[in-house]
Amino acid sequence: MSRAVLQVEGLHKSFGGVQAVADVSFAISAGEMLALIGPNGAGKSTCFNMLNGQLAPDSGIVRLEGRDIVGLRPRAIWRLGVGRTFQITATFASLSVRENVQMALYSHAGRLRSLLSRFGAAFGGEADALLDQVGMLDQAERTCGVLAYGDLKRVELAIALANEPRLLLMDEPTAGMAPKERVALMELTARLARARNIAVLFTEHDMDVVFSQADRIIVLDRGVLIAGGTPPEVRANPNVRAVYLGSAH
Amino acid sequence: MTLASIIIQLLNGLAAAASLFLVSAGLSLIFGVTRIVNFAHGSLYMLGLYGAYSLIQFFGRTPLGFWGAVVLAALAVGLVGILIEVLVLRRIYRAPELFQLLATFAVVLVIKDIALFTWGAEDLVGPRAPGLSMAVEIMGRRIPAYDLVLIAIGPVVLGALWLLLTRTRWGALVRAATQDREMVGALGVDQARLFTSVFFVGSVLAGLGGALQIPREPANLELDLAIIADAFVITVVGGLGSIGGAFLAAIVIGVAKAFCVGIGSVTWFGFEVSFSKLTLVVEFLIMALVLVVRPYGLLGKPQAAQRAAEPAPRLQVPSWTFALVWLALLALVPLAADRYTTILLTDIVCFALFAVSLHFIMGPAGMVSFGHAAYFGIGAYAAGLLLKRFGLPMEAALLLAPLIAGLFAIVYGWFCVRLSGVYLAMLTLAFAQISWSVVFQWDSMTGGSNGVFGVWPSAWLSDKTAYYYLALVLCGAGILFLWRVLFSPFGYALRAGRDSPLRAEAIGIDLRGFQWAAFALVGALAGLAGAVYAFSKGSISPSSISIAQSTDGLIMVLLGGVETLTGPVVGAAIFTWLRDVVARNTEFWRAVMGGVILLIVLLFPQGLVGGLKALVVRWREQRA
Repeated sequence: MSRAVLQVEGLHKSFGGVQAVADVSFAISAGEMLALIGPNGAGKSTCFNMLNGQLAPDSGIVRLEGRDIVGLRPRAIWRLGVGRTFQITATFASLSVRENVQMALYSHAGRLRSLLSRFGAAFGGEADALLDQVGMLDQAERTCGVLAYGDLKRVELAIALANEPRLLLMDEPTAGMAPKERVALMELTARLARARNIAVLFTEHDMDVVFSQADRIIVLDRGVLIAGGTPPEVRANPNVRAVYLGSAH
Repeated sequence: MTLASIIIQLLNGLAAAASLFLVSAGLSLIFGVTRIVNFAHGSLYMLGLYGAYSLIQFFGRTPLGFWGAVVLAALAVGLVGILIEVLVLRRIYRAPELFQLLATFAVVLVIKDIALFTWGAEDLVGPRAPGLSMAVEIMGRRIPAYDLVLIAIGPVVLGALWLLLTRTRWGALVRAATQDREMVGALGVDQARLFTSVFFVGSVLAGLGGALQIPREPANLELDLAIIADAFVITVVGGLGSIGGAFLAAIVIGVAKAFCVGIGSVTWFGFEVSFSKLTLVVEFLIMALVLVVRPYGLLGKPQAAQRAAEPAPRLQVPSWTFALVWLALLALVPLAADRYTTILLTDIVCFALFAVSLHFIMGPAGMVSFGHAAYFGIGAYAAGLLLKRFGLPMEAALLLAPLIAGLFAIVYGWFCVRLSGVYLAMLTLAFAQISWSVVFQWDSMTGGSNGVFGVWPSAWLSDKTAYYYLALVLCGAGILFLWRVLFSPFGYALRAGRDSPLRAEAIGIDLRGFQWAAFALVGALAGLAGAVYAFSKGSISPSSISIAQSTDGLIMVLLGGVETLTGPVVGAAIFTWLRDVVARNTEFWRAVMGGVILLIVLLFPQGLVGGLKALVVRWREQRA
């Protein structure tokens, strides 16, 4: 296995005495699709928000390519090469699809502080190339506010790729999509991730998506990692069966 | 201070807190359920005072007459509240929130003139409460018996409200709607009736708060905006939608004010510090402090995310030919116009820049300001004072004034960008009021309530037409500059941050930094508008920095339409022109303006320019 892009060790977080995440450790390497699964309330979102800077862990280490990123703001973590998509899509509704991607490109290049140049004059080609890769080029002129939900997810993916990330954090990337679209979106993600050697960590409720797209799966239950491994290994794990099916050990 | 005087000031403060609490509780209740920031709430308070005054005249000065008048006045104000809700607000609940705000401004104007028509412009001093006019001796000091009654009324009303909200079905609905309006609607509750009843109760509280003040405060026409500023501060300090918070905040602020009056002037380390002058400012200082430490007020909770908010539409790039044709037309006007029209046009040009700068911050940057007059006024005063007190030439004063306004915007903005939504708007209002208070009280520097006189431009600009051209060039350049910035990377970043702060942060945008810079930028340009305006008038009065000036700006922007670039310019032109025409023909120009605004609100809920555009689109579609 190549060197880990993201290394998480002994992550802890509790809210008012309730242990939300306890001693979670895992790693992802470049080009790998890692699924984080678990029942509702298992601590997936808490775990995620500690990786992207939204939430500070009580203790533990998060290393991005060897660098400790605990305590950094989300925007600083993005600058280090972490792209994100949200459970409920977050795009700039009054801007066009192309402008949404250009915004990320401008920000990446540090060129947003200009007062007099015209926005959109630069990075048009780069934006279109990214939109082409996610299949949204034909809708580049449309305003994000009027797009179908599945299309917005693709735009988010294009935005997330704009800063040439080393790691992609996707919180429930297919939530709210039709079953057929879900697999298609994650297949696209997997293809792009492998081609660009990006590590992808995603949470997901749709088990078809998880078991068909993930290289590895880790399972969280009540804040604790109870299993990890390839899809066949996790499928066979009795702990996982107990959590999901409720049967006795 | 002795213990006795501390206790007396405490009692004074608690007595003053009673009315403040009643008004704020009503405002908080109405906001919680309807999400409307009701600027007319202060007008209801004012009506309570006037109503009680008249009813006492009618009933006679007996205890029964007095208390009967107080209760009846409060109930009558409640009926006025129902009228406002049914006739105006109910028709626009689906309109954007800012438009509802515009409607309540219009109601403020109308009620002010109804009061002027009914009760005249003189202050009316009410009688003391019959049977309670004596003083009670406490620790050797005398305190009016009526104050002690007021002190008791606050907790009694708090208790009654608590019972109403926790022990009745109506109260359960109000609490549910405050938490989640859509859900209550989805459960099949008749929203219209709930809103009307909440408006009634909230208005009764405002009316009662006013009526109870009759032995303490003369009824006058300035009370509406004065008390609304107080009530905003208290609801925000207490936490929006929290009745208990309003009670706590009213006491804190009432007592703080009383102590400032009581302490008077103190000499510290050789400096004389006048606490009584602090009275006008202290509540805003408390508010600024509380909001920085606890952004949702003492007992407030973060506002629930609102669902299904309409995304802002795309901005259209203004065409240069369009702008240049208009500039050319405006440049030609003085050739045909008389002196009077030239002066009016100069006013319009100044207010257009003022409105465009306000639009920039509240529209594309997504930060609604209730106190934009601060920068206009600071620009005006800076220009005037640099000329008169520091002996600078007019040209230098005109250049420096916007920078000074910008500096103030940097200081105020540092606090403001930490908040969002209604809290942000209220904080801007607070800073504007602090600025106004300082200007109003610093007699030796600003001329106090009289203002600054003799602020005339240099000789080469003394001709009205010449000055008009200067105004046109400076303000026109300011407007074009702001429009240009909106389409720059900086402007796009602001729009992106308004659309989704979460996504902006996730792609590395330091949104607060951008918003802070935007604050400074529009502050400087509003300051330029103020400076140009000052030299055109030759004098500056504190009204240039007042709440009324801030609301004028909001009316201009909202009238024209916040969703278009040209809207604010059109709004400024129409508002300034209409006010001029109406004010020349009737004493009751406010009522006429208010009526016109209400008509527009009800007919064109997207603003004039937005509404006309929609009409054109529909017309084209019909032809196609």
